Amino acid sequence: MSTQVAPTPHGALGLSDDDLRSMYRLVLTARLLDEAALRQNRMGRAPFVVPAEGHEGCQVGTAWAMRRGVDVWLPYYRDGAVVLTAGMTPYEIFLGIFAKADDPSSGGRQMPSHWGHRELGIITGSSPIATQIPHAAGIAYAVNYRGEDAVVASWFGDGATSEGDWHEGLNFAGIHRLPVIFVCENNRYAISVPQSKQMAIENVADRAAGYGFPGVVVDGNDVLACYAAMKQAHDRARAGEGPTLIECKTYRFLGHTSDDDDKTYRSRDEVEEARHHDPVQVFGGYLRTHGVLDDLGAEELRVAVKGEIDEALAAAWEASDPEPASALRHVFAEPGDPSGGGP
Amino acid sequence: MTEKNVVTAIRDALHDEMSDDDRIVLLGEDVGNRGGVFRVSMGWMEEFGEQRVIDTPLAESGLVGIAIGMAMHGLLPVAEIQFADFIHPAFDQIVSEAARIRYRSNGAFGCPLVIRAPCGGGIHGALYHSQSIEAYYAHVPGLKVVMPSTPADAAGLLRAAIADPDPVLFLEHKKTYRAITGDVPDERHLVPIGTADVKREGSDLTCVSYGHALHVCLDAAARLQEDEGVSVEVVDVRSLAPLDTETILGSVRRTSKAIVVYEDNRTYGAGAEIAATIGEEAMYDLDAPIVRVGGPDVPAMPFAAPLEHFYMEPEPDQVYRRMLDLART
Repeated sequence: MSTQVAPTPHGALGLSDDDLRSMYRLVLTARLLDEAALRQNRMGRAPFVVPAEGHEGCQVGTAWAMRRGVDVWLPYYRDGAVVLTAGMTPYEIFLGIFAKADDPSSGGRQMPSHWGHRELGIITGSSPIATQIPHAAGIAYAVNYRGEDAVVASWFGDGATSEGDWHEGLNFAGIHRLPVIFVCENNRYAISVPQSKQMAIENVADRAAGYGFPGVVVDGNDVLACYAAMKQAHDRARAGEGPTLIECKTYRFLGHTSDDDDKTYRSRDEVEEARHHDPVQVFGGYLRTHGVLDDLGAEELRVAVKGEIDEALAAAWEASDPEPASALRHVFAEPGDPSGGGP
Repeated sequence: MTEKNVVTAIRDALHDEMSDDDRIVLLGEDVGNRGGVFRVSMGWMEEFGEQRVIDTPLAESGLVGIAIGMAMHGLLPVAEIQFADFIHPAFDQIVSEAARIRYRSNGAFGCPLVIRAPCGGGIHGALYHSQSIEAYYAHVPGLKVVMPSTPADAAGLLRAAIADPDPVLFLEHKKTYRAITGDVPDERHLVPIGTADVKREGSDLTCVSYGHALHVCLDAAARLQEDEGVSVEVVDVRSLAPLDTETILGSVRRTSKAIVVYEDNRTYGAGAEIAATIGEEAMYDLDAPIVRVGGPDVPAMPFAAPLEHFYMEPEPDQVYRRMLDLART
């Protein structure tokens, strides 16, 4: 007779304890990085920052199912934890926050959090909402056309789903059964506009029916649930079964950006209640419960991550600013520039 | 050399390019089964396959956005906007995205995209099948805007647009499609983007124009030579952005008089930029004020034949008369 040990929930998903510790490190890095960036903003050293606080769980959970260096990432501006999972370093993120010459996203041209990293397959993005959705569909079309194994994923908020580009991108992806995943981080507000004024339905995921592919609702504060949904969508995409729309129900703990005062449109009670479901706490609790990380280990990790962030911040602050006259460059291709953006 | 009309030259050049390079895909409304409303891609879905000749949903912003995605992942998309009048929903994708991708990524990404758009009036197209859209886009750094007026230029500029690493808006004046014929080189020839062309040499005045209006100017110039002995040099701009100021200014400095003719409504049109450039750079070479002939400042070209004709020519033979007036100044 053999004895069978019931697998842990993460084990059942094919995730090792090491995977979980790495995921937790990413979640924690995103949180501490946000806090450090906001302090820089309040100190007057960073004119503008976009906190992800509250979204870290669904960002790391979904992004963890993607393959670094193979898959293609189209994040939106709140996706600090997505790009960390894709391989961007805190140093690179601070280069963007301080608008330094070596900022990989834009060389200090764009506002912070307008991600782009050619080597990592993070596609350059802009501020107009949902414009990256048709790009994701077009890239996924090119992936199929070129016979590549890559999966394309795009992240966006609930407000993005009102844009025409969102509809047009999902519609095309559905028609051609493209290897693309659409991830909605539904935090119930588009800046100040609540979901009830954004749409007449409860679940964004319901809209997938109109495009002929599955829509899935998950608890965005549950890292493993987000991972499970994304992994399934990723498998579907690779198997040629087409797109998936995943809606992660989450909450933004802070203002829309460092320039926003969310007290003008949300009660403190509501925010306080949401903090009881803080994905960092929830995930940390899971790790402790399943013996993946004890209190001492968690504290050591926090100190290590904090040290890494402080070091990255200091180094980025010292990095070179862009040369003023370089503002005239890269309007059109220069000798040696890439033609497109693909491999 | 083979004699062709403009739309045939476009079709043949695009066909050659697609045959040579399978990174090129064509996408747009009705480009597949229907072969395009102007028959540019007739039979191509069968020839090149559905993967390369893509009938898109009726959604211009999405169509351009999808093409941008393709361009950023190794393909060379040629997106067809059925009529330039319908391009406006895609303004954000063209201006905020395609034109800014290289700049905003500090050179890390590029967007080798061609957008073909049949434009212009005089073909009973009324408000929404006659528009001139070049001025909106020629204003945008990061975007190239061309409008050929002859079959050879159409073929050569289209090949150059496809070879270009940056986004190009390729405007095709519908009235030239079948009305204008000319010799086209049989070999693969490129017309560099950013080069104007002297289509008729002359010494008394310089006429700067493009698109269908260029042919109105050439016709007027020929008659003026015959009727009045006035020698008009006609410069075809061909590329609105970047603008070949050297060729335009070189001609104006020789003739000392300039008239700019364009079909788009006059105010803030491409002719304003050309006239301003001449004013800034060649003021002291001029013997007379610059003349600017544009379309009337009304919202659009109306449908009724007398109204449409009035838009295209508010005064009888106005280009001929304005050239003659200028020559006599």
